[in-house]
Amino acid sequence: MSETLSNGHLDSLLRGQSRLPSSARGWLDALRADALEQANALSVPTTRDEEWRYTDLSPLYQKSFLPAPSAGTVAAQALDACLLPEAGCRLVFVDGHYAPRLSSACADPALGVTSFSDALAGQDPTLQANLARHAPLGADTFVAVNTAWLQDGVQVRVHAGRTAAAPIQVLCLSTRPDVVAYPRLLVVAEADSGCTLVEDYVALHGGEYLTNAVTEVALADGARVRHVRVQRESTSGFHIGTCGVRIGRGAHYLSSAVALGARISRFNLNIVQAAEGAESTLDGLALIGGRQLADMHSLLDHRYAHGRSRQLFKSVVDDEAHAVFNGKIFVHHGAQRTDSSQQSRSLLLSPRARVDSKPQLEIFADDVKCAHGAAVGQLEAEQVFYLKSRGLDEAGARNLLTFAFAAEIVHRIPLPSLAAQLERIVLQQTQKQTSDRNRP
Amino acid sequence: MTTKTILEVRDLSASINGVPILKGMDMTINAGEVHAIMGPNGSGKSTFAKVLAGHPAYEVTGGSVLLRGQDLFAMPAEERARAGVFLGFQYPIEVPGVTNSAFLRLAYNTVQGARGRDELDPLEFDDFVQEKLALLEMDPAFLDRSVNEGFSGGEKKRNEILQMAVLEPMLAILDEVDSGLDIDALRIVASGVNRLRTADNAILLVTHYQRLLDHIVPDYVHVMDGGRVLRTGSKDLALELESRGYDWVAKEKAGVAA
Repeated sequence: MSETLSNGHLDSLLRGQSRLPSSARGWLDALRADALEQANALSVPTTRDEEWRYTDLSPLYQKSFLPAPSAGTVAAQALDACLLPEAGCRLVFVDGHYAPRLSSACADPALGVTSFSDALAGQDPTLQANLARHAPLGADTFVAVNTAWLQDGVQVRVHAGRTAAAPIQVLCLSTRPDVVAYPRLLVVAEADSGCTLVEDYVALHGGEYLTNAVTEVALADGARVRHVRVQRESTSGFHIGTCGVRIGRGAHYLSSAVALGARISRFNLNIVQAAEGAESTLDGLALIGGRQLADMHSLLDHRYAHGRSRQLFKSVVDDEAHAVFNGKIFVHHGAQRTDSSQQSRSLLLSPRARVDSKPQLEIFADDVKCAHGAAVGQLEAEQVFYLKSRGLDEAGARNLLTFAFAAEIVHRIPLPSLAAQLERIVLQQTQKQTSDRNRP
Repeated sequence: MTTKTILEVRDLSASINGVPILKGMDMTINAGEVHAIMGPNGSGKSTFAKVLAGHPAYEVTGGSVLLRGQDLFAMPAEERARAGVFLGFQYPIEVPGVTNSAFLRLAYNTVQGARGRDELDPLEFDDFVQEKLALLEMDPAFLDRSVNEGFSGGEKKRNEILQMAVLEPMLAILDEVDSGLDIDALRIVASGVNRLRTADNAILLVTHYQRLLDHIVPDYVHVMDGGRVLRTGSKDLALELESRGYDWVAKEKAGVAA
C-alpha cells in the first residue's frame, strides 16, 4: 500500500466537507481540530501494521465515499421491521446522522437521552467530561476521523442508583450507497445504575458504503451495562467500529458482539478496567461466508486488583471467507488477583475458509489467573456420528452442530426477540451452507 | 431365520485403519431376548457394537448382518437408527448449544416420521418425555441443559437410556452402560432398561462386569476374544467368568480346536 494512496483516501474523506461543523462550545471545535490533526498524522493502516496484519483494507481505499449531507428518508415499514419490541427507547441514526424524528421519546426516569447538540446547548458537563476520553484519538485513525467529522451524536445517561426498565435500542441505518457514516454514541452509567443497550447496524440497500462508528461507554462504580452489538451491514458494505469502555470499581460490563454482514468489517473493543473489582464478560460471534472478512480485536486492560474478565469469541466461516480474532490482555503490575479467561473457537465449513486467531497476553503482576485457548476446526466426526445414530441424516446432523456452535453465543443475548431473529439467521445460513454443498 | 429373528450376524469381520479387529463374528438375536457380550479389553466387544451402529471409522471387510432380513450394511447410520437400532454410547458425546429437550424431540420426530408415525408438537412431546424421565428418576431440569454438557458420568449414562426410552428401538445395543455408575445409579439405569424390555424388542449388553447382569438378566452370555465369540452360554456363564476369569475359555476353546 503506497503512502499516496493512503493519503488519497484521507483526502477523499476530507473532501466531504470543506469546513468542520462548528459548535456552540469551543471545546468541541478544539477536539475536532485535534482529531483532524491526529487523523492526518496517523495515516491509514495497511497490512504492514501489526494491528492490521490480517485485514487488508485496500478494497476500501480504492473507493471514495462522502458523508451524506443529511439523513436519507426511511419508510415507516422499513423502520418498523428493525425495531425490537422489548426496547423501551430507540435512537435512530440514518446515514450517520442522528434522526430525532425517527427516535422515540424516552420516558424512563432512569435515563437521560440527549442529542449532542442539545447537550451542548445546556449546562450538563457529561459530554465534555467523557467524549473522546474512552475512545482516545491517538490510537486509531478511524476513531480520529469519526471524531473529526462528528456531527450530532447521542448521549445516554443512566442516573445513579437507577436501572432502565427496558433496553435501549440504537439503530444505525444505511439508506444509500457511496456514503460514509460516522455514528457516535456516548453512554454514561452513573454509580450503581444499570441498563441494557442494543446497537444494531442495518443496511436498507445492497450497495457499497462505509460505516465508521464509535461508541464510548463509561461505567461508574457499581454500574452494570449489558451491551449487545449486531453488525448486519450489506455484504458489499464496509464497517469499522470501535467501542471504548471504562469500568469503575465493582462495575460489570457485559457485551455480545455479532458480525454477520459487510464485505470487510473490523470491530475494536477496547476495555479499561479502571478500578478494583471491575468485571467484564465479552461474547463474540462472526458468521460469514462468500468472500467476507470479519475482524474482531479485543483489548482488555486490567489496571487494578481483583478484576475479572471472561471472553468467548466464536466464528463460523464458510466459502472463502476469513475471520480474524485478536485478543490482547494486559495485566498491570498492581492488578493482583486478576482472574481472566479468553477463549476463541472457530468452525471452518469449507476448505477455503480461513481463520487467524491470536491471543496476546502481557502480564506484569505475579498473582493472577489467566487462561486462554484458541481452537480452529471442523465439525467433529464423533459428534456427527452421535447424532446420526439418533436418526438425523448427515446434513441434519451437521446443520444442528453448526447451529449449536453459534447458538451458544446467541442464546446469551438477553432480548428474546433479537435472539430469535439471530437464531433464524444462523439457521438460514447453516441450511444455505448445506444446500450449497449438496449442489452438484 | 425365524420371524422372531431381529439380528443375524454371520462370519463378520471388520477393521479400523487397516487393522483387523473382528474376525468372524456369529450371533443370532431374537425378539424378546437379552444378550450379553463379555470379554477382556481389546477383544472386539465395543467394535462390534459400533460396527452394528454404523460408526464411520470401521470398515466391514467380510460377512453379513441382517436386521429383520434386511442387509444392515446397505443402510447408513441414520437409517439403521430409524429402522430401530440404538447404540447407547460408552462415552456419550457432548453437544453444547443444543438443549436435551430439543434434541430428544428432533430425534424422536425424525425416527417417528421415518416409521410412518405421527410427530409430536413441543407440548405433546413434553408430556411424553416427562413419563420417560420418571422412569429413570431424572430431574426435569435435565431437559433444559445442553446435551451431555457438564453431565457427570452417571448422568450421561442415564441420558443415554432416556434417549433409548424415547426412541423405542427394536434392538438396543448398550456399550458398557454400567461403567462409571455407582450402585444406586446402576440400579436406576438397570430398572429403566428392564421396563423398556418387551416381547418385540431385544437388548445387547456389552460389559466387563458380571454385576450388571445381576440387574439386567441375560438370556445368553457370549464370551468374545480375538474378534470372535469363543463361547455362548446361559447367565451362569457370566458367574463362571467372574470366578475363573477369561483365560480358561480361550484355553478350552484352543483345546477343543486342537
